[in-house]
Amino acid sequence: MTVGFAMMVHTALDRAEQVARHWATHGCPVVIHVDKRVTRLEYTKFVHDLGDLPNVKFCKRHRCEWGTWSLVAAAQSASEKLLRLFPQVRHVYLASGSCLPLRPVEELVEYLDQRPRTDFIESATTEDVPWTVGGLDQERFTLRFPFSWKRQRHLFDRYVQFQRLIRFKRKIPPGIVPHLGSQWWCLTRQTLSAILEDPDRATNDRYFRKVWIPDESYFQTLARQYSTNIESRSLTLSKFDFQGKPHIFYDDHLQLLRRSDCFVARKIWPQANKLYSSFLNDAAGAAKMAEPNPGKIDRIFSHAVDRRTRGRAGLWMQSRFPNEGWENGKTSAAYSVFEGFSELFDDFEAWLTKMSGVKVHGHLFDKQMVQFSGRQKYFSGGLSDAAKLRDYNPHGFLRSLIWNTRGERQCFQFGPRDNQEVSWQIATDANAHIYVITGAWSVPLFRSNQNFSAIRKQAARLQKIEAAHLDILRSPYTKARIKIWTMADFVQAPIEPLQKIIDDIGPDTLRRLTELPKMAELTGFAQFLQNLKNQGMHPHLMGDFSMEDESVKDLRGHRRPYVVK
Amino acid sequence: MNRTAAIKPQDILVFSTLRNEKIRLPYFLRYYRDMGASHFLIVENGSDDGTREYLMDQPDVSLWSSGKSYKRARFGVDWLNWLQMKYGHGHWTLVVDPDEFLVYPFCDTRPLPALCDWLDASSIKSFSAMLLDMYPKGPLIDVAYRSGQDPMEIASWFDSGNYMIAKNHKFGNLWIQGGPRAREFFYDRPRRAPALNKIPLVKWDRSYAYVSSTHMLLPRGLNLVYDEWGGEKASGCLLHAKFLNTFSAKAKEELTRAQHYAASHEYKAYAAKMDENPDLWCKWSERYINWRQLEILGLMSKGNWA
Repeated sequence: MTVGFAMMVHTALDRAEQVARHWATHGCPVVIHVDKRVTRLEYTKFVHDLGDLPNVKFCKRHRCEWGTWSLVAAAQSASEKLLRLFPQVRHVYLASGSCLPLRPVEELVEYLDQRPRTDFIESATTEDVPWTVGGLDQERFTLRFPFSWKRQRHLFDRYVQFQRLIRFKRKIPPGIVPHLGSQWWCLTRQTLSAILEDPDRATNDRYFRKVWIPDESYFQTLARQYSTNIESRSLTLSKFDFQGKPHIFYDDHLQLLRRSDCFVARKIWPQANKLYSSFLNDAAGAAKMAEPNPGKIDRIFSHAVDRRTRGRAGLWMQSRFPNEGWENGKTSAAYSVFEGFSELFDDFEAWLTKMSGVKVHGHLFDKQMVQFSGRQKYFSGGLSDAAKLRDYNPHGFLRSLIWNTRGERQCFQFGPRDNQEVSWQIATDANAHIYVITGAWSVPLFRSNQNFSAIRKQAARLQKIEAAHLDILRSPYTKARIKIWTMADFVQAPIEPLQKIIDDIGPDTLRRLTELPKMAELTGFAQFLQNLKNQGMHPHLMGDFSMEDESVKDLRGHRRPYVVK
Repeated sequence: MNRTAAIKPQDILVFSTLRNEKIRLPYFLRYYRDMGASHFLIVENGSDDGTREYLMDQPDVSLWSSGKSYKRARFGVDWLNWLQMKYGHGHWTLVVDPDEFLVYPFCDTRPLPALCDWLDASSIKSFSAMLLDMYPKGPLIDVAYRSGQDPMEIASWFDSGNYMIAKNHKFGNLWIQGGPRAREFFYDRPRRAPALNKIPLVKWDRSYAYVSSTHMLLPRGLNLVYDEWGGEKASGCLLHAKFLNTFSAKAKEELTRAQHYAASHEYKAYAAKMDENPDLWCKWSERYINWRQLEILGLMSKGNWA
């Protein structure tokens, strides 16, 4: 007993010949269907080239088009001839010209000998298959499809819509329960001949002739009626991409294919010389009766589909430019934004670096220059400290910075003196952790040596900018993790929030603060705010610094550099 | 010298326009021959360094010479569009300068015909390959390029993540700028920084046309080489080995000819800096290893090719 191959061929005839010869010389009869679109000249040569092999035959040719009945008709013709001419055939294996056997033929024969009554055909009901193309699963059995999906896509779609509109439904012949599955099967003579010699075959054929992609459902459905033992899987390794097109195997898949222990794989790129020469020349060797195990290949291809459909979060590049809302992550990693901290504390950057061990930048969006950590001229990825370059595309700048430093958390300062264009971006980014001490921008003004009218003007402007920014942070669209303190609250009790910040940033360790940053000297700050008020400005973001409040005067007490615990 | 009669239906064709590039040609031709390109169609613009003679001797090169203005021919685009219309129809066509070297996913194990077959099977008509400026470590003039040498042995560094991308709504393409040229020559007027987006590989149809260099095409659909719904399409890079010791002379020559884009702003900027003998290398420069590295860095993508 042996296995016979029904082989569908339409291109790369030289490769098909090689594979057919391989099977035939190993004692497996082959009946080849050559697409009618292949020219007579090529066909004749092909037949002639295989003429030396008595167990290679050719069947009636059909003009094949994807998605149509012609493919089933071709498979029928080839298998009928195979069953008729080669009585020793017990299993019929449907293969294509771009299939490649991965294991010695003897192993396949033995594998099938051990399972003489098993039909290997992937076959699932329409409710259970997630992979149908174009969303047509049940409908492919109930609508009509007179137009070609490949050549007349527009008409195809319109006609489907029209039929849905008028609620057209074809009647499924009694006894038929539609099943779908890979078109590459291996059936026993009993099952296959029962399908082909079915007294109702004319009815079945008439029905399936108008089903869409019948080669994925004809045998898959009818086998269910006759088989006594269906293994619902294909012996052919064949992976499909997200558009339902088969993945192609190349020379660099050699090891992967070898280790898969599958019997046959498709599609093979016709010029994959290494694959053809390795697998067709393999000595039988020690026959290992391993079960096919395509797990690793599955992972690689599903990873590829994932990359094509979801992509890498936070990456903007030449072939990934997501529309608003489709980013799947506005940035690639978590980062922290500090507002008001470097104004309130003299050495905040150095302190944070020391305490958390992460990368701490200054005001990245400072109007004069990009304040990279250590005030470097260039930073990761070749980002430049030139403000004009950054302002040319501030959103992209931030995304690049976070992308370039994957694996190292980034922190930076932000405030109303900076370019505000990224306000919405950070507010709506779930990766952003934003800490704000409102009104702290006034500390540098308080400590500056400018004329008061100039200070007042600046204060009014900065307060307006920060208020607008806070509105954004508090908007319902915000996704960032945000903590906002007024300056008055913060200076009252800075330890707890600072501890919280360190905990947020460094997930690995629970560090107890051993050191606090040095707070600016604030004696007279309440008076400074009062002066602003007296000049007609209303400084409201700092919180309540009342003149009588002793705490402001006592601030020096909080400036102790070491916390005693 | 027209050898286009030798072109077979499946051949991948390389189109190029150049001037005085003899020193680069041996490696350039070898690189694309090894990759699987079958025929080169080259427009040579008034060379006087033996470029013409060298190319005439190559069995797979068809050569056209023009003494006319490069600028008037819209920087060579008109010449190439005409040649592509005439000879490129139905072929995969690759339009590259002699200092541009295509890398694409799996290019170390799969030849260019494998990529083109895959694109055909996936019904993709155009393939993006961003220009990646390569540069040496140290001043450009320090190491002399020898003819036939792999230029990436010298210019082996690049910027991995300082590219600015915007959408050009008129033509639907992405506009990419950045890299060492933007940070070194155009930091104070970034708008002027050269465009790096390129779509050099196209299954040509005689109704197609490049609009400006290979940055964008018509019809607009061909420019949609990027995914807008979060996914990544397959893409490659054009390693741009412009910055060799030959660059200084070239920049000066091009400036005096004043034949380049946007009143030769680019070359003016270079010439101004070249006297300082600039070093494009910085601490954050990345050394080129292979396409996988570029893929991991996010400069190109495998898409769903596996």
